[in-house]
Amino acid sequence: MRSIVLVLALLALVLPLSARAQTADLAGVIAQYRDQIEKPSRQTVEPVVAAIAATGPQGAALLQAWGDRLLGLRKSDGRLVIAAPEGDALHLTDAATGADLGPAPEDQVTLLRPNSGVRGLISAAMAGSALSDPDPKRRAEALEALSRKGDAAQLGLLRQAMDDPDPTLAARKQRLERLLTIQYDTDPAARIAAMQSFGGDTSLEFRASLNPILTTRRVALETIPADANVADELAVGSDIPRDAAYAMLVDAGLAPARLTPQAERATLAQHIVNGMVGGVPVIELGDEAARDRAYTALEGQGLVQPAASEDEVTAALDRFHFLDVYAEPNADVTAAARAALRGTETRIGLMQAADLSLDALSLASIYFLAAIGLAITFGVMGVINMAHGEFIMMGAYTGYVVQQFISDKTISLIVALPLAFAVTFAAGVALERLVIRHLYKRPLETLLATFGVSIALQQLAKNIFGTQARPLTSPGWLDGALTFNDIVSISYIRIAIFVLALVFLGLYLFIMNRTRLGLEVRAVTQNPGMAASMGISPDRINMLTFGLGSGIAGIAGVAIGLFAKVTSELGSDYIVQSFMTVVVGGVGNIWGTLAGAALIGFLQKGIEWFNPANTLAAQTYMILFIIIFIQFRPRGIIAAKGRAAVGA
Amino acid sequence: MRKPLVLRHPSILVFLAVLAVFTVGVTILSTGYGTGVISTSMVKTLGKTLCLALAAVAMDLVWGYAGILSLGQMAFFALGGYMIGMWLMVARTETIVTGSLANLPIPPTAAEINQAVATQIFGVVGSDQFPAIWFLSGSLIGQLALVVLVPGLLALVFGWLAFRSRVNGVYLSILTQAMTLALALYLFQNDSGLRGNNGLSGLQNIPGLDAVPQESLSIWFFWASAVALGLGYLLVSWVASGKFGSVTRAIRDDEARVRFLGYSVESYKLVVFTLAAVITGIAGALYYPQAGIINPAELAPIASIYLAVWVAIGGRGRLYGAVIGAIVVSMLSSWFTGGRAPDVNLGFYTIKWVDWWQVLLGLSFVLVTLFAPKGISGIFDALAHLRPPRRGGTPLGPDMGALQEREAVE
Amino acid sequence: MNRITTAFAAAAVSAGLAGAAWAEDTIKIGVLHSLSGTMAISETTLKDTVLMMVDQQNAKGGLLGKKIEAVVVDPASDWPLFAEKARELISVNKVDAIFGCWTSVSRKSVLPVIEELNGLLFYPVQYEGEESSKNVIYTGAAPNQQAIPAVDYMMNELGVEKWALLGTDYVYPRTTNNILESYLAGKGVKKEDIFVNYTPFGHSDWSKIVADVVALGADGKKVGVVSTINGDANIGFYKELAAAGVSADDIPVMAFSVGEEELAGLDTTNLVGHLAAWNYFESADTPANKAFIDEWHKFTKNPKRVTNDPMEATMIGFNLWVKAVEKAGSTDTDKVLDAIVGLETPNLTGGEAKVLPNHHITKPVLIGEIRKDGQFDIVSQTKEVAGDAWTDFLPASAKLDSDWPDKKCGMWNTETNSCVQIKSNY
Repeated sequence: MRSIVLVLALLALVLPLSARAQTADLAGVIAQYRDQIEKPSRQTVEPVVAAIAATGPQGAALLQAWGDRLLGLRKSDGRLVIAAPEGDALHLTDAATGADLGPAPEDQVTLLRPNSGVRGLISAAMAGSALSDPDPKRRAEALEALSRKGDAAQLGLLRQAMDDPDPTLAARKQRLERLLTIQYDTDPAARIAAMQSFGGDTSLEFRASLNPILTTRRVALETIPADANVADELAVGSDIPRDAAYAMLVDAGLAPARLTPQAERATLAQHIVNGMVGGVPVIELGDEAARDRAYTALEGQGLVQPAASEDEVTAALDRFHFLDVYAEPNADVTAAARAALRGTETRIGLMQAADLSLDALSLASIYFLAAIGLAITFGVMGVINMAHGEFIMMGAYTGYVVQQFISDKTISLIVALPLAFAVTFAAGVALERLVIRHLYKRPLETLLATFGVSIALQQLAKNIFGTQARPLTSPGWLDGALTFNDIVSISYIRIAIFVLALVFLGLYLFIMNRTRLGLEVRAVTQNPGMAASMGISPDRINMLTFGLGSGIAGIAGVAIGLFAKVTSELGSDYIVQSFMTVVVGGVGNIWGTLAGAALIGFLQKGIEWFNPANTLAAQTYMILFIIIFIQFRPRGIIAAKGRAAVGA
Repeated sequence: MRKPLVLRHPSILVFLAVLAVFTVGVTILSTGYGTGVISTSMVKTLGKTLCLALAAVAMDLVWGYAGILSLGQMAFFALGGYMIGMWLMVARTETIVTGSLANLPIPPTAAEINQAVATQIFGVVGSDQFPAIWFLSGSLIGQLALVVLVPGLLALVFGWLAFRSRVNGVYLSILTQAMTLALALYLFQNDSGLRGNNGLSGLQNIPGLDAVPQESLSIWFFWASAVALGLGYLLVSWVASGKFGSVTRAIRDDEARVRFLGYSVESYKLVVFTLAAVITGIAGALYYPQAGIINPAELAPIASIYLAVWVAIGGRGRLYGAVIGAIVVSMLSSWFTGGRAPDVNLGFYTIKWVDWWQVLLGLSFVLVTLFAPKGISGIFDALAHLRPPRRGGTPLGPDMGALQEREAVE
Repeated sequence: MNRITTAFAAAAVSAGLAGAAWAEDTIKIGVLHSLSGTMAISETTLKDTVLMMVDQQNAKGGLLGKKIEAVVVDPASDWPLFAEKARELISVNKVDAIFGCWTSVSRKSVLPVIEELNGLLFYPVQYEGEESSKNVIYTGAAPNQQAIPAVDYMMNELGVEKWALLGTDYVYPRTTNNILESYLAGKGVKKEDIFVNYTPFGHSDWSKIVADVVALGADGKKVGVVSTINGDANIGFYKELAAAGVSADDIPVMAFSVGEEELAGLDTTNLVGHLAAWNYFESADTPANKAFIDEWHKFTKNPKRVTNDPMEATMIGFNLWVKAVEKAGSTDTDKVLDAIVGLETPNLTGGEAKVLPNHHITKPVLIGEIRKDGQFDIVSQTKEVAGDAWTDFLPASAKLDSDWPDKKCGMWNTETNSCVQIKSNY
């Protein structure tokens, strides 16, 4: 059986070759298809590519260059050239003959810009021969091209080239062969076997090979043909709404249309006689009942087509079967595909839940990172700092500025993190010294004064850096994502933020519980007078604590800038959420902040899952939930007990 | 027999007199009814500023007198605007639609008119149905009632929930901020039924008054705003002056002590909060027909914070302070950002006020908070030889959340 | 209070009067673009463009023998302020034309004022259509000059069968996506093959949405993304896309709001091959474009400043206005509007922009693929497409037409042959 398929596939490939064997000289082909080569379109370029491929190795070189966008027209004589970049200039080769034309400056050549659809076709056309290319990279690319656009002919070619010295590529070929078998093999048994060989595989490409088999068409038929592969018969009213079902019949010309208000109105307008329609004066027709009367009168006079009545509609609907019919004729194949898909459902559901949890965890860690500085300044010290968001922004801009001076992304990140801490620590200390120290007894005024600082800092950032977003690029090793499978994956930058959040949680616990500073901070916040009499300087401690909280905000800024954007409004995007996180969690307790961040992160993702079309709604309902939550638990998830300000 | 309110507080009389003189003066100088020295756009700006001043008076009532720093006042302001805007849009569109449908051979049915109006209003958000919340939009009386009811009800429910669970101080401030943020995000959605980000527009064209030019309309609204400000000022002064006012200020200074004295603190706060919301809603309903457009950006949290800033700069606990703050700061803002202020050339750097005004505003705000908690009205106090009692800096009560000594003057 | 405000009023008014006094023999135009606030970065560029055009025209000897004077105001990204400033420009500064607005909300805010005072506005940004005002000339793209050809390209050239329409939640994406949904339905795309999502302005948490888009591929159909995501939010979106390893060959993203300026905030190495649809790209290889870019660099004294699509639209608008004034021999709004319909001026990418009776213009549609250097490779360029004020792909709008010179109506119902409204209903 296989061999027949193979022969067929080979024939399919060879036929166009032999047909054009006589004209197989490349220059002729180029001359013939010149327009198409210069301005190719995916829909028409296929024969051109095939013709060029048929001319032999020079044709292949031309295709390769075309796909890589290295094919151009020399401006001096309009000759089609392959232009390989060589320093600042281009090295030209005649595309038709392969003759070396020497170097030329860039502006001497108009490079052709085939779009990606055309490039896909070119690489698919070359994939067959590249499958046994000695270069493993070319083979991998060819397999990639095949997985995007395979067909029956290529299945044959692939089966010929199954042996591969590279074990990964061999496995990949094996898998691709089975995927293509599911879609393109002519033997149903082979297809079903291939489906079953995947087990409960959840990969996208497996499902992508099954789903097309299960595409259906909705039809209305009086009798069900015996050979139809019916997926489902629809009951009118429950599976398909009455109106929709009848509309299908009307569209197919199987039943007369019902009377719509627009049609009624238009018909009435055509039959105005002496200011009357069917005996009803026109002025009275601003009323549905009057219009119906007029229409019935017209029907009675035989002037208009009677519209379908309710009984006729019912009768018509009863007469027809409404079916979903598979495009695939073989019922065994569709049944097997259905079974295979059903086998993946539970696993996919679980994995989607896992992926959503990862997203939620990542969002929670971002909120936690943004809020941890606030947990110190607001949670521990009770100082409400509306400029906290602007400290985050300052950290992000510090990262951007550092990248302007240090081009190596890894080193610049290593420099930026402590520098951001230093900058915002200094800013925090300055703010504490100059403003907040005078307002410790007036929290509402602290709120307003720090808000003034926040406006000023935001505008300053705009004046210095402009309103446009600035690039802050993560180092190469943070690019990409940790991919467990096609469904569950998380980008490395998010993992890094998660790790950073954990580090700061540890750092916070260490400082507060294991160091002298932490002890003094707790002492000062619990009873400044008593602490002072023990020889602790509350002024100094307040200053250091506030600086620490601000410094952490700066580092959070670098992290947030790396994964999102750096603008002057970066801080205000996070400030309300950060306060929410701290308040929901319970002021004065780092575990509370953690719980708050987790609650908000998971809640938001949960709402997004219910309503994937509208992310804005998710944010709205999340805030609404928090407002209501605070009404019932004003002290947050983990309420501080008694006078203890810090508990960990 | 107690003296009438205005005699006990001569500042009210002075304020009303100044307001009257100002209103008449602007009218005489206006394009619509006077010499034309003041352009119509300037009249509109002044009218809008009076509305903002009314909102500031309400803000002063909740913050300066009751000690609730509400950072969500502009939500009520915008709701008032939305409520009146709904009627303005529907009534105006109805005139247009009936006009065009009347040309048809067959007269339109009520359903057809309704459908056409809905398509015109909601076509921009891809809908042709009236959302349920527009059920009263055909009636001016109905929507005017909603101007009062919707902000009032929101304040009542929100306040009841918050005060009942004893959320106060900065927590309450953050919560009110979250409320206005949630409302803004909700209105930003296209499906909210209030035309999403587009908001309601063309509100300056009053249905049925097509023949009246904007020059005259602007003066009418200016007068309406002035009258509203005058009445609102009287009402708030009356509320703040009697026994009710005393209890309110006592709550501000020491909530727990008032509760122990047997007063229902929550009810007092709730009344003040709701009343202020209603007044703010009315101010908004007068503001937006002058502005011409309302969209959810109007109730972004920042707008409410600015309102607090104005009151703080003008002087809390002084109603005229709130008015002065709102007028001075908002007019200064529009002067500086309007590009009218001349650039200052320092030789090495040219200060463009468009860029630096916000910095200046932010910093001056810090300075006022630190060094002049009484704001601009402190100048009037000094003129009137009002001085706070010398208490050697000891606070009036143990509640650190409330404002102390300096505010207990009145 | 009284003294302070009247002092301000007097100061403002006298400033206005002074402006009017010495400007007797100039033709004045208003520039209504935000110079502060969130829209400043985009709109400041357009203000500079107008000023450059004014300089060039004055160097050529001005207009009708007079110099052109630009009155620049700052509506500060505040929508009500746009209306206020427009009123001021027309009634106090007496400008003859206004070049301005970027967002649709700002245009809707200005419309009633312009129509009431019979002003003239040139609006230079691609927008959602569904509007035609007597007093506005729309030089940006209507949906059929950007969205529809872009979708056609994805369908025909990239073979996209399943669609993800991602947008920021405001009117332009909403309306554009509505139009696209019904257009795609007309092309036989099933409802379940269209995924729609709206995110807030400045959204940064894209992981779930990108995962949703990738999961669409499970049907075995080629997935394509049409992005109407606005401004800064694009940065997070493209970063997440790159992190998820989504290449342009697997899932191409066609953006309508991402141009040369937006890409400046990004590392574009991972975005190579994703697409954008505009009516102009800086990389267009024509002598006119080269001259324009050189002028621009000279005017801004910054050889790196990029040019973009709304700048070209502003330039076209200005040139059309100049031609119309010359033809009418007057700056009177009605005479200019009578003269302007049918006028043509060259595009920077080749071809002519012609003003149509519906006050839109003809524009070529260009599709570009993102290059490593943040510029675009132009992979497709159509002939000029006539801008359609009322889209043919929404049932309520398909029957509407706009024809100012003949029917004097911007919203003409072709079924009943009557004018629905003469003034816009904002």
